[in-house]
Amino acid sequence: MKIMPCPLNGPRNISEFACSGEVAEMPEPNRTGDEDWADFIWMSNNTAGVVREWWCHVPTNYWFIAERDTVTDEILKTYPAGKVFTARRDFQGRDEGP
Amino acid sequence: MPWGLLKYGLGRRYPAGPDFPARPEFKPRYDVVIIGGGGHGLATAYYLAKDWGITNVCVLEKGYLAGGNTGRNTAVIRSNYITPESVRFYKESVDLFNDLSGELGYNILYSQRGQLTLAHSDATIRTFRMRAEVGKLVGTRIEMVDRRQIREIVPCLDMDENARQPILAGLWHRDGATGRHDAVAWGYAARAAEYGVELHQRTEVTGLEVERGRIAAVETNRGRVRGGHVIQAVAGMSSVVAAMAGIRLPIRSYPLQAMVTQPVKPFLDPLVSSSGLHTYVSQSSRGELVIGGGSDPYELYSTRSTLELKESLIAHTLELFPFLANLRLMRQWAGITDMTPDYSPIMGESPVRNYWLDAGWGTWGFKATPVSGKRMAETIAREKAPEILHPFRLDRFKTFDLANEMGATAASH
Ligand SMILES: Cc1cc2nc3c(=O)[nH]c(=O)nc-3n(C[C@H](O)[C@H](O)[C@H](O)COP(=O)(O)OP(=O)(O)OC[C@H]3O[C@@H](n4cnc5c(N)ncnc54)[C@H](O)[C@@H]3O)c2cc1C
Repeated sequence: MKIMPCPLNGPRNISEFACSGEVAEMPEPNRTGDEDWADFIWMSNNTAGVVREWWCHVPTNYWFIAERDTVTDEILKTYPAGKVFTARRDFQGRDEGP
Repeated sequence: MPWGLLKYGLGRRYPAGPDFPARPEFKPRYDVVIIGGGGHGLATAYYLAKDWGITNVCVLEKGYLAGGNTGRNTAVIRSNYITPESVRFYKESVDLFNDLSGELGYNILYSQRGQLTLAHSDATIRTFRMRAEVGKLVGTRIEMVDRRQIREIVPCLDMDENARQPILAGLWHRDGATGRHDAVAWGYAARAAEYGVELHQRTEVTGLEVERGRIAAVETNRGRVRGGHVIQAVAGMSSVVAAMAGIRLPIRSYPLQAMVTQPVKPFLDPLVSSSGLHTYVSQSSRGELVIGGGSDPYELYSTRSTLELKESLIAHTLELFPFLANLRLMRQWAGITDMTPDYSPIMGESPVRNYWLDAGWGTWGFKATPVSGKRMAETIAREKAPEILHPFRLDRFKTFDLANEMGATAASH
């Protein structure tokens, strides 16, 4: 079985993990038109090459980032999400509930 | 005793010639350039020539004809989808398949034996009811069947009520069929070539020159060609080729694996499928059991096979047919499938004016080879997609107007 080096749990079988797709910048919801929002929701780079993706170790519900080559099926690097997301990001109007 | 065959074997003259002419040099310009020499590209070429008299056409294929998903799929042909729009579209394809060997003068080993889909939960039974009613409305042969009828249709299924996932009911689709996948592509190619369509194998498209919103030229490893219209039908490489035209697609590419066992005597006539168990099984005309399942768990552009998938496919197949346990596997393989969020294709107009899309065929596009070719040819000839393709336009994602076929597609193909 293919092994995923998890930053929290060490090397584990890849069947314990779920991939959630490329790390993408989320646009500011309140300042984004419908078309750009649809673009963010549906469109995908679908890169043939090295990608940076969200992965989750399901049994521990631990989310992290992996760099992976989608052509050679090699996992190049994994690290905690905190390495990329260093600051909390608040969206305007976030607390205006219904 | 087949004396004719013996004489033919010992004779010096073999009347069968090659099906396709040798690869020519490029002409400076074509009316239509087709990227991708799978079933879809070749069928488009054939119908352009036959229905619309457009014969100044070339098909560019980076490998060999049908070497992509066309030659890798498990050849399930059916129209038992869930939205009326899809059922109407896939029914047109099944209807075309019915006459295809005759139309092409090429034996595609078409065999309409019906498809039985199994329900192991009440939720699945509810969607089966809906699919049955929609199917009847559109005019396909489809009905719900109970456990007794299932026993009649496939006597060798394990109907144990204490199984881990007991079989509760079924969806019986008499129009379900199978055929020889690569023969479909070869038949279209041979007839298209007779009309004058050029087949360029080992010709990879490496770039698209876009000028003022149109494709001005297509770059290949053998030089540039110009085309009045350009269409892509490249399955797993859809995003990569579309990106050459500056187009982004809502597609993610995943491997899909399948396998066959050694051949045995015929015992399984219909195609059997269970999305609850993520597997489907049919017996080929050679007697092999063809076994397929769901896509791989993460995106990849590699056609490697995995032990995990082999294990899960075997385990689930044995839940349906425990007596197969001693069969040996002969081959396992994969194709790269271009998955859309709603399990429906993307066909028709693109943001580039003379560039047309036949993409997003994922794990279910073999059955649509005839209708896609016919309707994409019409689209190009009229420079407008016909109404039957409207539900599959790229723009549906802008308006969240999806054609959701996930439940009727996953693990059924
Ligand atoms: C294991 C498996 C099982 C399946 N089972 C079923 C099934 O039971 N029923 C069903 O309906 N569907 C099934 N499918 C899906 C079906 O195979 C595909 O949707 C369908 O064959 C797509 O046909 P196509 O002609 O568009 O693509 P392909 O046959 O893949 O042809 C595309 C061609 O484009 C070429 N190409 C790519 N990039 C370039 C380039 N840059 N330049 C030139 N050429 C290029 C490729 O080499 C390829 O030959 C299955 C798929 C797989 C992998």
